[in-house]
Amino acid sequence: MIARALPSQQFWRLTIAGTFTFLAIWSVAALSGLTSRAFLPAPWDVVVRFIELLTQPFAGYVLHEHLLSSLHRFAMGFGLAVLIGIPLGLLMAWFKWIDRIVTPAFEAIRFVAPIAWVPFAALWFGTGIGGPILIIFMGAFPPVLINTYRGAKQVDRKYIEAAQMLGASSWRSMTEVLLPAAVPSIVAGLRVSAGLGWQSLVGAELIVASSGVGYLMVKGQASVSTATVMCGMLAIGIVGLLIDVALRRLHAAIEQRRGT
Amino acid sequence: MDTTTAQSPQAASTRRTGWSLSRRLGTAGVTLVVVVALWHVLTAVTGFISPARFATPAEVWGALQQIAGDGYSNGRLHQHVLRSVLLVTMGFTFAASVGVVLGLAMGASRRVEAFVNPIFLVLRPIPPLAWIPLAIVWLGLGDAAKMMVIFVSAFVPSVINSYTGVRQIDKPLFEAAAMLDVTGWRYWREVLIPGALPSIFTGLRLSLQASWTTLVAAELVGAITGLGQILNQAAQDIYPAMILVGMISVAICGWAMTAALAWIERRAMPWRTLQ
Repeated sequence: MIARALPSQQFWRLTIAGTFTFLAIWSVAALSGLTSRAFLPAPWDVVVRFIELLTQPFAGYVLHEHLLSSLHRFAMGFGLAVLIGIPLGLLMAWFKWIDRIVTPAFEAIRFVAPIAWVPFAALWFGTGIGGPILIIFMGAFPPVLINTYRGAKQVDRKYIEAAQMLGASSWRSMTEVLLPAAVPSIVAGLRVSAGLGWQSLVGAELIVASSGVGYLMVKGQASVSTATVMCGMLAIGIVGLLIDVALRRLHAAIEQRRGT
Repeated sequence: MDTTTAQSPQAASTRRTGWSLSRRLGTAGVTLVVVVALWHVLTAVTGFISPARFATPAEVWGALQQIAGDGYSNGRLHQHVLRSVLLVTMGFTFAASVGVVLGLAMGASRRVEAFVNPIFLVLRPIPPLAWIPLAIVWLGLGDAAKMMVIFVSAFVPSVINSYTGVRQIDKPLFEAAAMLDVTGWRYWREVLIPGALPSIFTGLRLSLQASWTTLVAAELVGAITGLGQILNQAAQDIYPAMILVGMISVAICGWAMTAALAWIERRAMPWRTLQ
């Protein structure tokens, strides 16, 4: 009654029918003349606009320059979250007193939506690069920290005891026992954190930035060019997907190495 | 007999969690006092952090009294909170009900899945916040645009998780249902929905968090009242104490709504707490 797969021919027919229906409704709505084409562009208008954006600068730069500038910010914020999150997670798993101090503060800060840091980002950094980085960091940091901590806490006690019996220092226990054991959990956290970081970046660029895909969309919005806004959404979606695929590959590769 | 054996380990566990809860609260309280004291010393006493960049605890208390009593940025605190929470609750409830039904239908029928899936493949990777400019172009800065962004951000996770929820139901359960000839409404009510419920609630939690963040962002971009508007106004006035009041309110509301959903989840799935 359920769970039975469709014959692949029928599956494809329905998939194509679904896509076609969606595009047809959209095109009819766009061409009906009820709204202007700038307000609701037809699907092919978006494609044409996308190619245009790749060759003609809009809001100061062409599309891939905006993307590069977004990716640069993302890399800094995400990198910072990884550089602080992983060591802190390990320290919290190893030293109880650090855990006791950090956890309540962390729990309190975690509930502040990353986007709510925008006013301080503007106040502290103006329109400089620091603002978006702060917001991305706030989005990307919690999953890294939580997953590192949980991964390190799940390490079998006997490995830790064995390491200590052999006279390993705290530093060596953390880097050579806890860290390798926590790697799968950390990588799973990185995927979540990259997704949240990328999303926070878009929010940050909508408000505090003068380049980047988010900024491009704001400018498109200001000039009531729906096609430009949609191109921005498309670009954000594609890059977000690529980042996720890359991290999923990394995860699979690590799982495979550990399996053998 | 059965009830007592079931009860005694549970009573013991509540006692244990109650004990550790009070200890946890104690530690958290101590940390809070230490943090506020440290904050006071860094800002008000030593001036290590410039008062133009961060507020002192006393200033935050003053700002809180100001907004709760006289109001700030077109409304008093409870008006801002009510407006934001009401918008999210309405948009979220609407999006989640439509999303869960569609997700269950996609899970139950391969035909619906094949038909609808391509659209979701495109929509899924677009972050909720990226819908804000589109909503503003189409609907302006009013509530309609906010409902649209809340709807989009809550809709996608509810559909996807309800759908995977159905797909994760154990196969023997379907076979038993087919054998007992359970069909139609009973099939949905007794097989699909309970089986998918844990995953549905995961989706609802993600939806709620996403719609809250998106609403705050949308209000930051433009609104008359609401928590995001407090943040926006305070940023323009360079009023760090009020920024902090806004952030704390955002955090508390987000936490309270998540807690409310967790409460509903426990009521909806009583069988899970027994484990």
